[in-house]
This record gives sequence, C-alpha cells and structure tokens, in this order.
Amino acid sequence: MASETNGNWWIWKVFWILLFITAFEVALGIIKPSFLVDTIFLGTKLINHVFIILTIIKAAYIINQFMHLGHEKVTLKWTILLPALILVPYLLFILLNEGFYTYLKI
Amino acid sequence: MDEVLDEALVKDHKPAWKGGDQPYEASYGKLMMWFFLITDTLTFSAFLAAYGFSRFKYPDIWPNPEDVFSHFPFLHGEHPLLFVALMTFILIMSSVTMVLAVNYGHKMQKKKVILWLSLTIVGGAIFLGSQAWEWGHFIHGDKGGINTKTEHVVHIAEGEKLSSVYALMGADGHDGMHHHFTVDQVITSLEANPQYNIRTANRMYLTNEDAIAYLRENASEVLLGANLKNNEYGHPLFADYFFFITGFHGFHVFSGVILLIIILINVIKGTYERRGHYEMVEKVGLYWHFVDLVWVFVFTFFYLV
Repeated sequence: MASETNGNWWIWKVFWILLFITAFEVALGIIKPSFLVDTIFLGTKLINHVFIILTIIKAAYIINQFMHLGHEKVTLKWTILLPALILVPYLLFILLNEGFYTYLKI
Repeated sequence: MDEVLDEALVKDHKPAWKGGDQPYEASYGKLMMWFFLITDTLTFSAFLAAYGFSRFKYPDIWPNPEDVFSHFPFLHGEHPLLFVALMTFILIMSSVTMVLAVNYGHKMQKKKVILWLSLTIVGGAIFLGSQAWEWGHFIHGDKGGINTKTEHVVHIAEGEKLSSVYALMGADGHDGMHHHFTVDQVITSLEANPQYNIRTANRMYLTNEDAIAYLRENASEVLLGANLKNNEYGHPLFADYFFFITGFHGFHVFSGVILLIIILINVIKGTYERRGHYEMVEKVGLYWHFVDLVWVFVFTFFYLV
C-alpha cells in the first residue's frame, strides 16, 4: 500500500518499460535477425522463445504493478497465481503430448 | 442498514465475515473480481493453446501474419506490425491512465479521478475503433487468393514477389466495388501476362507455365476476402481463430468501456465520495488491466510468433 501514496513516478516507470519491450519486439519482428530465425531450439525458432520470454516479463509487470498483486498478502498472491501456474502449463502439456494423434496418417 | 449490522456485530462479538475481518486483507468485491479473472485467464489460455495447436498442425500452409496484417490507415504500401503495435500502445496507455485514476481515487481527489477515467474510456474507444478497422480490412481482403480442391490457398506472384489477383486482372481492389473473378478468367490473364506466376500454399514460386498447369488441375475458386468458411490468406482455421479470439477480446474491451462509463457516472454523481472510498474504481481497474494483459499475449501469439 505504501507505493500508492508515493506519487506517480512508479506508474510511468512501468509504462516506459512496457513501451520499450513492445517497441523491441516489433523491431525484432520487422528486422528478423537471421541467427534468431534460423536457429531451431526446442522445436521452434529461437526468435519465438525471445518473444515469449519478453511477453511473460510484460505480463509480470502488469500483474505485479498495475494490478497491484505484488503488494497484496502472500496468501492472496498464491491463491491467484497457483491455479493459473498449474493449469495453463498442464493444458499446454496435454495439447503437445497428446496432439501427436492428429499427425498420424491412418 | 450497515450501521445496524455493525452495531449488532460489535455487541455480540460474533466472528462473522462481512468484509470487516479480512483474511486476505482484500475486500469481498476485490477477491471475487480476482477469482473471475482466474477463470477468464483459463478461457483465454485454452483459446490460445488451441490456436497454437492448429498452427503447428499446418506449419507449411499457415498464413504469415505479416502478409496478412500489413496495412496502416491512410498510408500506402506494406507496413507489417505497425498498426497492431499502435493498438498495443493505445491499450498500454489506457492501462496507465487507469492506474492513475485508481491512485487518485485512493487520495479521494474526485476531479482527477474523473479526468483519468475519461481518458481511459477514450483509449478503450480508440482501441475498439482500430479493431473494427482491422476486421474490416481482413474481411474485405487485400491480395486475393485461389482455393484448390485440397483446400490449399495459392497466391498470385510476380517473379519471387507476392502480387495480387487485382493486379493480375487489372482491377482496383479498393474502389469500393464488389469484385468477382472466376478461375478461367485468372488462367486467361496468366496466359496473357507471362510476368505473373503463383506462390503455392507452402510458399514455393512456380513459373508461369507451371502455374497455369497447376491451376488448371487444382484450382476450385477465386477467394476475395475472408469469412468463417474460407479466407484468401490461407487456411480457413486462421480466419476462424482470428475472428473468435480477437472478437472475444474485443468484447471484453467493449464490456470494460461500458463498466468504466457506469463508474464514471457514479464518480461524477459523488457516489463513491459519499461511500468514503473509491474501491469500485479499483475493481473495474483490475478488469481493465486484465484486458490489457490478454492483449499482450494475443499480440505475441497472433502477430509476432
């Protein structure tokens, strides 16, 4: 709760971080550096890993700062984060693992 | 009513939870908003996971997003990613104005809350307008494509560069007319204009003669624009997911704007000032940031990856 009364500078700080990351992503998407596009890592292009990591960083800033979850009680934090952190990777795992049926040519 | 209840509680010392004694140090309303957002997170995760699943099932013939979303209002030529980057910026900006409104709400500064809430509504409205433009552009189409009997969409090219059905047929795709071409017309034009050829669904460029032979054998219809059944850019599922996911997100933005307008009216009327706190602004703020959060993921998985 403390940061709420300490002016607005932290809001603009988060804004500039989000803007910078987005601009960087767009620049990467337009330039498409060949070493990132041509390198395949864990089944997809390296550039896609970069995009996903940057997206998760952006999401963390939005949840932590804008949605204020970083300043809530620890129990509340886990109550909200755990279902998503367990179920979303589980969903992805099921699709990746079981999805190979669709590639079978019968 | 509230005072009566409070008095009764104090008198009996009964440990009833009506938002006073808060195990999470968050009010009932805020908790319920968070729980709703968790369910919504799972819904959107399922959509995006399904999109990724379909995309990697058809890796060769899935359209390149930068071929699809390459236009900017009032600008000519190809500007991939720029418009959607602007939309992302608008949504992030509206999230910032929302935090400012919440922040001034904590300080009980009614006038500033009104200012920043109004700007948030403007940002949301601009975003919805941008999305309408993007949908319009997607539905109208841009380059046209030719569907084959195996549901692979091929495109007209000039050498090794993507061209359009309109250029081949000598028509203007943006004259507001409703165009219609047949496969025979396209083949006749290809014979008359040997500089044109086709790019196959898996992005191979054929020579003019091969293109004509390929179309004679496989082509089924000329596609202009996109709908739920087929789309000129490539696999029909691409259009289905595009309409469904961005549509569902757009519906969230739309609901958010309505909620913001309702609480803005309440702020102006002084409802929250009389209540003693601006928590309702905070709760709708949570929802608004969530909409921004979802867009961050849609932006990555639909336009970047």
